[in-house]
Amino acid sequence: MGMTLSEKIIADACGQDIVRPGEIVTCKVGLAMTHDSSGARRQEPRLKELGVDVWDPNKVVVITDHYVPAVDALSAEILKITRDWVKDQGIPHFYDMQGICHIVLPERGHLHPGLFAVGGDSHSPTGGAFGSFMVGIGATDMTGVLVTGEIWINVPPTILVNWSGSLSKYVTAKDMMLKLCAEIGLNGANYKVVEFAGDGVTSLSMDERMVLPNMTAEVGAKTGIIAPDQVTVDWLEEHGAKTEGALDWFSDSDCEYEDTLNFDASTLSPQVAAPHSPANAAPVEDYKNIAVQQAYIGACTGAKLEDLQMAAAVIKGKTVATDTRFLVAPASTRITAAAAADGTLATLTAAGAILLPSGCGACAGLGAGILSSGDTCISSTNRNFPGRMGSAHAKVYLGSPYAVAAAAVAGRIIDPREVGDVA
Amino acid sequence: MTGAAWVYGNDINTDVLAPGAYLKGSVEEMAKHCLESIDPDFATTVAPGDIVVGGDNFGIGSSREQAAQSLSILGVNVVVAKSFARIFYRNAFNLGVIPLVCEDAGKVQKGDELRIDAEKGKVENLTRGETYACETVPPHLMEIVRDGGLLPHLKKKLKGK
Ligand code: SF4
Repeated sequence: MGMTLSEKIIADACGQDIVRPGEIVTCKVGLAMTHDSSGARRQEPRLKELGVDVWDPNKVVVITDHYVPAVDALSAEILKITRDWVKDQGIPHFYDMQGICHIVLPERGHLHPGLFAVGGDSHSPTGGAFGSFMVGIGATDMTGVLVTGEIWINVPPTILVNWSGSLSKYVTAKDMMLKLCAEIGLNGANYKVVEFAGDGVTSLSMDERMVLPNMTAEVGAKTGIIAPDQVTVDWLEEHGAKTEGALDWFSDSDCEYEDTLNFDASTLSPQVAAPHSPANAAPVEDYKNIAVQQAYIGACTGAKLEDLQMAAAVIKGKTVATDTRFLVAPASTRITAAAAADGTLATLTAAGAILLPSGCGACAGLGAGILSSGDTCISSTNRNFPGRMGSAHAKVYLGSPYAVAAAAVAGRIIDPREVGDVA
Repeated sequence: MTGAAWVYGNDINTDVLAPGAYLKGSVEEMAKHCLESIDPDFATTVAPGDIVVGGDNFGIGSSREQAAQSLSILGVNVVVAKSFARIFYRNAFNLGVIPLVCEDAGKVQKGDELRIDAEKGKVENLTRGETYACETVPPHLMEIVRDGGLLPHLKKKLKGK
């Protein structure tokens, strides 16, 4: 019996020929990512207490994104601790205020197929889009990794999510994930790997593919993964990442999936998830005409270059509704620069969009764009739990960048195909 | 390891184990409120060595480590459940509590005397004269638990070098 892609990466990282689900093994960590919230401020005192330094500064990537730019003395202090710690530990890969960790990491060439990586953030599975096995871990686990370079793992079973057909216009990877959340629920993939396959997946660009493993966090998965293909390799090359042997990483044809779920991309319509759970997703018609005071394009899920381009395609030549705020926080500084160069930003701002810094911002309820108790917001982010984006009484709907931009124009939730096609 | 069972149902979440209202205070203070919303007697009467038994998805919810830590502070070293939420499962080992996956967890009644052999994957119900199989825990994870969790374990290992 063969192995799944994830099992192969785990086997490689723990030095065994084969691993099987349920087996507990200790893996060598190829890359550990921490950000300003989970990183230095928690790890610095612990390493000091233990009297050691990080095991291999070259394998640690530190990114500030949660508290940037500092909005008060406390966030400024957290950033300072991070900057000092990075210097102190001699960590060469430090990206200060360059964008959201899950975007900056691949953008700067740190991920590649076959890599076993951990991140101090629950959306670390995003790395699976590049054929890496990347899991989110807690602060104590991260201390263990930083000290030893190793981590134990209970080999998770893999479920295959197969998308056939290709998406129609104004339907996106975000809609695919909202559909999956509604279909299997927040615990639907508890402790499992979700592997995505099928022509509905391989026909997606890398920007879109990233959304799939990113939102496996919302169904309780250990991580998500997509087998690399030529699209992956081209992207990696363009971003200076390792491509050697990239296409050698795939699931064996005789591997064992715990379950296989089949979906049809060609019949999927734009989805929106109602408060307060991504699992409350349904076709956008179900939530039509709900007035929104804020429309937010942001986060590791929905503010990549293509996400901004989607929003621009819908909003081009139109204006944001009077009682609606349209906020755009590009996921990284590089994305901001690219969107400025290709005219995307001009289209958005001409329509009335307000540009925000690159970082987690309102997604985590930490930065600019926080909601008040009476607010209803439609957002391209990944979670809408109560209080996530500010007041616990605010209502957050989740949708694709198309759906967010369409709502910004209409001042209410609307099928993006209605707004987009008018142009 | 032998202890009396405290039995709860499915989906025991981190807010029940570590209520959000006490997050800002010390873990010791929080431990006094562990499980209080479903069993007000638990934290005051649980004896060191007692065993918590749950159904499916034990520990679902946030990543807060205090959920496992509260149990550890109260002297609970083992949780037996049909299944665990993934972050709780890891946190438990790291904080010195053994999470044991046991299909037959539902057969245990409140107050049953259990004897646990985590390395052999065995739960003996001394009260009922039954034995249930559970997933085994490998020796290197048992070592972490015995040392009281990952941080003390690392400390010990580093000292030994
Ligand atoms: S953008 Fe939101 S979901 Fe993504 S890492 Fe930041 S806080 Fe987490």
